[in-house]
Amino acid sequence: MSTLTTQDTFEALLESAPQNFSELRAAGKAIYHSLGLPAAKEEEYKFTAITKKLEKTISDFRAASPFSISENQIKESLFKGFDGHVLVFSNGKFLPELSQSIEGIEISTLDIEVAEVGSIAKAEKDVFAALNQASFAGGISIKVPKKVQVEKPILLLSFNQANEGQVIIPRYWIEVGDFAEVTFMDQSIALGESPYFVNKVVEVKGGINSQINYFRLQDEGNQVLEVSNIETDVQADARFTSVNISVSGDMVRNNLSLNLLGSNCEGNMYGIYLLNGKSHVDNHTNVDHTIPHAESNELYKGIFDGQSRGVFNGKIFVRQDAQKTNAFQQNNNVLLSEDAIVNTKPQLEIWADDVKCSHGCTVGQLDEEALFYLQARGIDKTLAKGLLLYAFVGEVLEKIEDESFKNHVVELIQKRLGSKF
Amino acid sequence: MLTIKNLHASVDGTPILRGINLEVKAGEVHAIMGPNGSGKSTLASVLAGREEYEVTEGEVIFQGKDLLDMAPEDRAREGVFLAFQYPVEIPGVSSTNFLRTALNQVREYRGQEPLDAVKFLSLMKEKMKLVEIDQKLLSRSLNEGFSGGEKKRNEIFQMAMLEPTLSILDETDSGLDIDALRIVSNGVNQLKSDKNATIVVTHYQRLLDYIVPDYVHVLYKGRIVKSGTKELALELEEKGYDWIKEEVDSAAV
Ligand SMILES: Nc1ncnc2c1ncn2[C@@H]1O[C@H](COP(=O)(O)OP(=O)(O)O)[C@@H](O)[C@H]1O
Ligand SMILES: [Mg+2]
Repeated sequence: MSTLTTQDTFEALLESAPQNFSELRAAGKAIYHSLGLPAAKEEEYKFTAITKKLEKTISDFRAASPFSISENQIKESLFKGFDGHVLVFSNGKFLPELSQSIEGIEISTLDIEVAEVGSIAKAEKDVFAALNQASFAGGISIKVPKKVQVEKPILLLSFNQANEGQVIIPRYWIEVGDFAEVTFMDQSIALGESPYFVNKVVEVKGGINSQINYFRLQDEGNQVLEVSNIETDVQADARFTSVNISVSGDMVRNNLSLNLLGSNCEGNMYGIYLLNGKSHVDNHTNVDHTIPHAESNELYKGIFDGQSRGVFNGKIFVRQDAQKTNAFQQNNNVLLSEDAIVNTKPQLEIWADDVKCSHGCTVGQLDEEALFYLQARGIDKTLAKGLLLYAFVGEVLEKIEDESFKNHVVELIQKRLGSKF
Repeated sequence: MLTIKNLHASVDGTPILRGINLEVKAGEVHAIMGPNGSGKSTLASVLAGREEYEVTEGEVIFQGKDLLDMAPEDRAREGVFLAFQYPVEIPGVSSTNFLRTALNQVREYRGQEPLDAVKFLSLMKEKMKLVEIDQKLLSRSLNEGFSGGEKKRNEIFQMAMLEPTLSILDETDSGLDIDALRIVSNGVNQLKSDKNATIVVTHYQRLLDYIVPDYVHVLYKGRIVKSGTKELALELEEKGYDWIKEEVDSAAV
């Protein structure tokens, strides 16, 4: 039995880490050791006992080695009607040979040292970011030069499988130049049923007036443990939009942080939880308003069935200088069963005095009156529920500006809700 | 068409309907009147199948079938329509999508082909005229932000679309101005035929000037305490409900 809190467990992983980025890795390792894995009841991981879960579920704490993937597997994984570029990963390792080169964009494995890696998702903020920094292997660096408008979306397609080791450590470094525009889609496919642990870090360095979308689908299955840290710097006049759709997972923790660094920028965080069984998904978001005249919008909607559990923690930090901030946050949840649980908490720290900030969290049941109304018009109960729940998450779906991704999510939702409409 | 026998229903253990008997035949219009709180909406809800009301005794036979045994959606598909006293606002569900889903579910149950978008729209246009409902309303979310009158009109519009056999109108008149009342009543009257029947629930006689009932029943304390023809409604208009209450309450002592 492993005793994670003594930090021995990931030792083998740390020992076998690649030799590049040696200073960065050493720093990550030191921070990892000093922070330690979250203890039970530790504030930041209060509702998501990931350490205990890892102890119980993961038996081989070495890195899962990459495995071969066929062209056909890739083809079959694409959303219907998908029209874009595909970058393929196997257990976190970027596979250039199976990926398309994209004109005007620099893409490489993270073997080559990119000086700024670790400068946005800082290791000291989260022990899993530190662990990733110390141990990642074969990540990717994507650089979209200044003024380039990438017309088609870029799909970051990961294939994961517990494979001589159950730990997968993806690391993405994304740089988007001034005035550049790009949409990323992030999707992982699980091969096999064995559990594994994904410890992912995505850093996005956006330029001024850049427009970046990051749409993510978490549909890997119920054997997956994951902690991800996605963090972005948003510069003046730029816009960053994240849409995160979680429909499965044994235990998933998403740390999403937006640093609003230049005036007139906009940071958007949208998400859906649609969970059943014993799935547990925790969205911890953080938006840091450091300068005046920036806007942030956040909307997460959750539907929980079975014994599933949702956690939402929305931190809005408005620094003293960040006057004229507009910050909106909303988290609404519907519980479909008596055993489902939601813990939702807005966490506002506002040091400026001239700000517009609104927030609201709700947890409720499906509106029985509305359900009866639809049934009384002849609509089957399951279908009626589906219609209502679909309407409930509709506001978030609208934010997905890619038809194939959106349609795929819509189909997933309809299938899950047992209704087609 | 509809036979209600000794119907008792309660909510959270409190009896509300306490022995209702009613017989409705095809082609008839029945008015159910009575003071507030007498159980009119409860009766309408029990017929439509709302689950919070527990039927403790009695039976309801609709066209030879046990109505109480059916799920609400099956009752609707069999031809029962309830125009709600308080129609629910459903944000995010478009009126048009809702109606098309409902209509096609009903059609499927009846073994009919689903309507395609074109046929559906032309049917919608035709029925919209009947209640003079604005197309703009139907492009919005279902009942969301509708005025009271618009909601009631939308109920009758849905009724026109679904062509029920038995329509139960729960206080469809309340809150309507005279013009709206005339339009709504007109719609109802045009939908009337010798094959369907209507139960009009109201506590005002005014509606019955427009939708003329064959029978009038007075519901009080969960029972039908008086039945008559449309003259009874006029009498109630003139004298109020007190005399009936007194009659019933003194008989009960
Ligand atoms: N859902 C409910 N829960 C508790 N009491 C109810 C409920 N529905 C109706 N009642 C009670 O039943 C009685 C009859 O109500 P209702 O059928 O709405 O009367 P009406 O439509 O004739 O005004 C009232 O005393 C009302 O308070
Ligand atoms: Mg009533």
